[in-house]
Amino acid sequence: MAEHQDHAGDHGQAFYVKIWAILLVLLILSVLGPIIAPHVAFGFLEAWMITLMTAFGIALVKAYLVAANFMHLNVEKKYISYLLATMLMLMLLFFAGTAPDVMEHKGQNWENVAAAAEVERALEAEGKDPHGEHAEGHDDAAH
Amino acid sequence: MSTTRPIATTRSATGIPTGKLAVWWVIGSEIVIFGGLLASYVMHRLGHPEWAEYASHTNTWFGATNTFVLLTSSLFAVLAHHAAEQGDGKKAAKWLLGTCAGGLVFICVKAVEWTGEIQHGYTITANGFWHFYYTAAGLHGLHVIAGCIIMLIIANDARKGKELHRVELIGIYWHFVDIIWIFLFPLLYIAK
Repeated sequence: MAEHQDHAGDHGQAFYVKIWAILLVLLILSVLGPIIAPHVAFGFLEAWMITLMTAFGIALVKAYLVAANFMHLNVEKKYISYLLATMLMLMLLFFAGTAPDVMEHKGQNWENVAAAAEVERALEAEGKDPHGEHAEGHDDAAH
Repeated sequence: MSTTRPIATTRSATGIPTGKLAVWWVIGSEIVIFGGLLASYVMHRLGHPEWAEYASHTNTWFGATNTFVLLTSSLFAVLAHHAAEQGDGKKAAKWLLGTCAGGLVFICVKAVEWTGEIQHGYTITANGFWHFYYTAAGLHGLHVIAGCIIMLIIANDARKGKELHRVELIGIYWHFVDIIWIFLFPLLYIAK
């Protein structure tokens, strides 16, 4: 057990309860985000931006708090952090390599007919303009 | 009883006990598995504007309740580790059982949530969004169940004061499962 003494041994139960309490406050903020966003939006800060910040920004903070304080990654050997960061980079590489073909349905020399048709069918079924998905601002102005 | 201890417990050629290093490697490969799945979800979500309507049918309160449950079970897991550091195997076992109870509550909430959704016709074959929803949450749920089973085995040993270092190992895994849910929650329940 000697090698473990420099990890959690530094903190008492109160420390972990404090981290847990912070995590709960962050959870409440992330749930309230989409509810309060339309009321606090002003200027360039639109409601969807506030929702994204409270949802994913807070998720990043929560994940850091758990990794650093509960998993004790902050006192673990540095190469473990590098190992995990490498895996995250692989994920980003995968995203960068494939996202352009998935997020777009048409390129210079190709067309994803099935995906485009599905988007059109589904938006028509929802009663929305299938050709207006990238021009929401114009739609809002029209209404 | 054999007195031979497993090499994962006794060797630490890299500066970290081999068993613990193995857990970090498991987590590294899990990052690729869940990361690939979530990255696929994000790119499809951005490429399919119609998914916003599908996502609006998920229940934020179920997701928030399960986030609360997992965060609390993570607290129990780190308190189990803390007790194991003090050499108190009985206390560590109790905290591990508490963590396991959290996992059980999580699965029960998921069962109730999924039952309602399936009854409303939102099945895994309904459309691409629900396909990702059940795949991601289902894979995560399997990790919760696996973690609970391993935790019960470790708690049984810890109760007898045996292999207390394993309390930390299962804790690391459990916190990772918690972190995955921390990202699944906004992806599936908040971003509508």
